[in-house]
Amino acid sequence: MARRYDSRTTIFSPEGRLYQVEYAMEAISHAGAALGVLSTEGIILAAEKKTLSKLLEPSISSEKMYMIDDHIGCAVAGITADANILINYARQSAQRYLYTYQEPIPVEYLVQQVCDLKQGYTQYGGLRPFGVSFLYAGWDEQYGYQLYQSDPSGNYGGWKASAIGQNHQSAQSILRSEWKAEFKVYDALKLAIKVMSKTMDSTTLNAEKLDISLLTRDAKSGRVAFVEVNAKLLADAFKEVQDALEQEKEKENK
Amino acid sequence: FVRQQYSFTRKKSNHKQTMSDNLIGIVGQDYVILAADSAQARSIVLMKEDEDKIKVIDDHKAMAMSGPSGDRENFGEFIEKNIVLYELRQGGSLSTKAAAYYTRGELATALRSSPYQVNILFGGFDQHGPSLYFIDYLAAIQKLPFGCQGYAGYFLLSVLDRHYKENMTLEEGLQVLQICIDQLKTRFVLNTKDWVIKIITKDGIRLHQGSNSNE
Repeated sequence: MARRYDSRTTIFSPEGRLYQVEYAMEAISHAGAALGVLSTEGIILAAEKKTLSKLLEPSISSEKMYMIDDHIGCAVAGITADANILINYARQSAQRYLYTYQEPIPVEYLVQQVCDLKQGYTQYGGLRPFGVSFLYAGWDEQYGYQLYQSDPSGNYGGWKASAIGQNHQSAQSILRSEWKAEFKVYDALKLAIKVMSKTMDSTTLNAEKLDISLLTRDAKSGRVAFVEVNAKLLADAFKEVQDALEQEKEKENK
Repeated sequence: FVRQQYSFTRKKSNHKQTMSDNLIGIVGQDYVILAADSAQARSIVLMKEDEDKIKVIDDHKAMAMSGPSGDRENFGEFIEKNIVLYELRQGGSLSTKAAAYYTRGELATALRSSPYQVNILFGGFDQHGPSLYFIDYLAAIQKLPFGCQGYAGYFLLSVLDRHYKENMTLEEGLQVLQICIDQLKTRFVLNTKDWVIKIITKDGIRLHQGSNSNE
C-alpha cells in the first residue's frame, strides 16, 4: 500500500504525498494541546501540561513555553527533544540578527528561518523531519502583534487564533466561531481557557494543568515581554469561565 | 548572503589613507542631504570630474563613499545588492539604522583579513524620520546630525558647528551646504569645484546637482 514510500523522507509517493511529513504531523496530534489567541493588546498562548506526576521535580523551564527573544515567545506541540533543537536554532537566529542589524528580528523573518530549516529535513539529508509544531507570538514595529503557526513540513501561516496538538480541530472550530477582533487581553485569556477546558482530556480543569503566557508590549516604555500570566488574573479568568460554562450547562439541561 | 574572499593579501603600506575625496552630510527637518565631490584623481592627474560617489541603495537609503574607486564601487555594490536581497526576502524595508549597522558589520568582518578602504556617510529616511550615520574604514559608526569625510572635515566641522541648526528647512539646509562648499573653494588647496548632491526625503531620493551614474 503506502508502506513502500514511507521510509525515505526525500521521495514523493505516487499520489504526490510526503508520508514522513504526514506521520510527523500524526505524532503531534497525540501531543499536549496548545493554542494561541491574538488580541489588540497582546497575544495569549495556552498549553496543556501533559507530564504531570507527583514525582516530577518542578523545574524552572517549561516543556511547552519558550522565549525566543524579548519580543517573541512560542508554544510547542510534539516531541520535546526535537523542539529543543529548533528553539535553540531560533534563539541563535534572533541573536545573530540583533548582532548584525542592531534591531530585534522581525517576527515573520524568524518564523521563516525556522521553517526553512524544517523544510530542509523534508527534501535532503535522509533524516526524518522534526516532530514539532510551533505557535509563535511576537511583536515588531512593522506589523505589531502577530501569531504564526508552523508544522513539520516547513509551511507556516499567520493566524488570529490557532490550535495545535491534541483535539486541535475541535479547538480550532470553537476559536473560529468565538474570536472577535475587538478582544482585549482578558477576553483572549477567557477564550483560551474556555477552549482548553472543552477540548482537554480531563473532566476537571485547574490552573496546574495549564501553562498560560502572554506576549505584550508596555505602551509607556515600549518594552515587549513574554511572561506567565499574572496568577490573580488567571484565577479571575478561570472563575469567570467556569461560571459561564456552568450556566451554559444549566441552560442545556433545561 | 554573498561574501567574496581574497586569496592574496595587499601590501602593508595600503593602510595609509587617501583623504582627498570629500563628503558632506546634513540632516534637516524631513530630509537628508548627501554631497560628494565628483573628482576622480590618480596622483597629480585629474581623471574624471563627474564621478558619482553616492550609491543609491533603495528608495530611501543612500551612501556617499570615499576612497580608492575599486574598493568604493565594489563595496558599494556588495552592500546595495545584499540590502536589496534582504528586502525582497523579508517583504519590508530595512530601517536606516539597521542598514547602517549591517554595512558597518561587513567592514568590521573584512577589517582583519582584507579591509575595504572606504569611508561612508550613510543617509536614509524611514518611519523614524531622516538620519545620518558616519562609518569610517575601521568600521567605527556614529549617528550624527551632520558629518564629513576626508580633508573636508578639518575645515567644515567647525563651520557646521557654527551654522547648523536642528530641524532646518530644505532651503536652509542647502544654504548651509553652500557655505561649506564655498569654504572649501576658498581654503582647501585641492580643487573641489564639482559636486554631486542628492536629497533623501519621504518621497524618495532625487539628484539635486551633478551627474548621476549610480542609480
